[in-house]
Amino acid sequence: MVETNSSNSAANKTLANRIRDSFSQVPLLAWFCGILVAVLLERFVGDPLTELLGLPKIPALFGAVTVLKKPLLIPGTLAFLLLIYILPIIIVPRLCGPVLNRLAGWLFKVSPAVSVAIHLGLLYGILHLWADISGYRLLTLKLTLIAVIVTLSLNVINGYMGEFSCSHPGFMALGAYAASIFTLLFFVDDKVFGSALLPEFLGPFLFPVALIFGGLVAAIGAIAIAVPSFRTRGDYLAIISLAFMFIIKSVIENLEFVRGPRGLSSQPNYVDLPTMFIWTVAAVWIINNFVRSTTGKALNAVRDDEMAADAMTVNTRRTKIVAFLFAAFWAGVAGGLFAHVLRYVNPSTFGIQKLAEVLAMVYFGGLNSIYGSIVGAVSLSLLGEALRPLEIFKWIIIPLLLILVMIFRPTGLIAFKEFNVMNLIRPKEKI
Amino acid sequence: MPLLQINNMSHDFGGLRAVNNYNLETEPGQIRGLIGPNGAGKTTIFNLITGIYRPTEGDILLNGQSIVGLKPYQIAAEGLGRTFQNLRLWRHMSVLDHVKMAQYSKISYGLIGAFFGTPKRRKEEAEIEEKAYSLLKLVGMANLADQLIVNLPYGDQRRVEMARALATEPRILFLDEPTAGMNPEELIQMMEIIRRVHSEFGLAIFLIEHRLKVVMELCEIIQTLVFGEVIAEGSAEEIQNDPKVIEAYLGKETIL
Repeated sequence: MVETNSSNSAANKTLANRIRDSFSQVPLLAWFCGILVAVLLERFVGDPLTELLGLPKIPALFGAVTVLKKPLLIPGTLAFLLLIYILPIIIVPRLCGPVLNRLAGWLFKVSPAVSVAIHLGLLYGILHLWADISGYRLLTLKLTLIAVIVTLSLNVINGYMGEFSCSHPGFMALGAYAASIFTLLFFVDDKVFGSALLPEFLGPFLFPVALIFGGLVAAIGAIAIAVPSFRTRGDYLAIISLAFMFIIKSVIENLEFVRGPRGLSSQPNYVDLPTMFIWTVAAVWIINNFVRSTTGKALNAVRDDEMAADAMTVNTRRTKIVAFLFAAFWAGVAGGLFAHVLRYVNPSTFGIQKLAEVLAMVYFGGLNSIYGSIVGAVSLSLLGEALRPLEIFKWIIIPLLLILVMIFRPTGLIAFKEFNVMNLIRPKEKI
Repeated sequence: MPLLQINNMSHDFGGLRAVNNYNLETEPGQIRGLIGPNGAGKTTIFNLITGIYRPTEGDILLNGQSIVGLKPYQIAAEGLGRTFQNLRLWRHMSVLDHVKMAQYSKISYGLIGAFFGTPKRRKEEAEIEEKAYSLLKLVGMANLADQLIVNLPYGDQRRVEMARALATEPRILFLDEPTAGMNPEELIQMMEIIRRVHSEFGLAIFLIEHRLKVVMELCEIIQTLVFGEVIAEGSAEEIQNDPKVIEAYLGKETIL
């Protein structure tokens, strides 16, 4: 009995190994091509297929909403997912793997920068085609990308630096309001700020300035926390930053020139998908650059042993303040994008619930890891949307997931892993 | 002029005088030892010199310049490298990153370089990486450069800490019990490394030790500290035969 068991598990292992082996030579390029084929299929044969399977429309978020609302449609939705997504994503990389591997190798040899550009282009194509199906998808995608930026920036403080900051919604609020005021004042005729000061066609070109302005305002707000709380270590930052978040919220609620709790609306529609994508890529690139430099790794040294960092010539106070302002800047930029995606912003958005969301994304995805933040932000944003039909039970399932992750992987799903783009796009070696 | 000169340094923890009237003169290239029973104040003296505590009284001069009141990282950048009694390594970092990090003060690419990965940053990072490898080779750890520090055995961690301290390019190296907890084989390796470092860089070394074998073999001059006060100073031979030292370690002989 024991023998058969062990031989069984050995057979399972070889099967798993065989599957892994058969995909070991598939580069990222081939996976992207597979997904591209899937979204193209959805675009061109999605509608006839939904009719054939008796679905009302193309499932917006991989069928989760349809399935939860009308259980009768489960077989049809599963068939749709299998035909449109799963099969192409398995078959295309499997078939074209070797060819694309050679292509990836050639591209990498010619110029890694070109290779990165092609990968990013493919990724953008995939996102664009996927989001083109419905406005709901587009909005979800944009909010997910914003969540990626916010999570990354919070991970710099809570993961890389090992402090516990609660002020990110506050920074987002500062960025959102600052960027909104900037665009409303200069490019829009509205009731709050009067007629536009600059010609409207300049707006899209100066929008990056508005976002950077938002980020800088958030960073200036961060100085108010950083200077007093980095004199010591410990829980002070958590307390001060939590207070900061509430102060920002109630200050905005009481400022009449931004219409207090009613919020600001009619922001111009500058954030289309390309803009959002470019800002997200820029955030990932710059934050990743920072945390991989020796200047940025000083954060890890400060976290793991501040006294040793000091003795090894690291200016610990400066390191902490710079990182904190840097993180606040990106939270501010994300806030600015958020305000212009929804085209409406009010102070109650940036409260304790937002904080819980962002913290959950950071700790779910993994501390001290860019991969982790991307995975955490994307999975929790999509999950939050997909479980929407469950209403109140959504707030039982997501925390439960979080607890499970904390039990089995206390530092998060993908923690302490370096994000190396060159390794990602490199062709896979033969084993 | 002595490299490091300490005049009448005292330090109080509340009402307790931990170090009393401590004096030191170190020439370049000298190896000195500091011994004493537990709780005598040896590590406190190291912490005072490297700026973790500020002395209540007295002055510390490096090449004639006072370094009292400077921040620990500034003192380290001035050329006072140290190791710690209980290692104090960075548990999530690799061996190579440890030695690169200790060259932090030599980095000049600034925030622009850190954010955007400029050519200057690539050049400087490559330089400090090369230096880190050469130091790791010196302590015999180059083949484990990519390992996480927590995966290494204790003796190897000690050697990485030594390489890390050397990477700050010290003029004086303070070693706080460099052989604590080592087995005899690791002990001999560590003594070999200390000798090699001394001859290769011409460093002054100041070490705290409990093992008299190490102190006696390495040090030119030894101080004995008891309850914060130096009771004897001299060569290994003189210290070994000093009745006050023997009393401090073994107690007074009483004839019944």
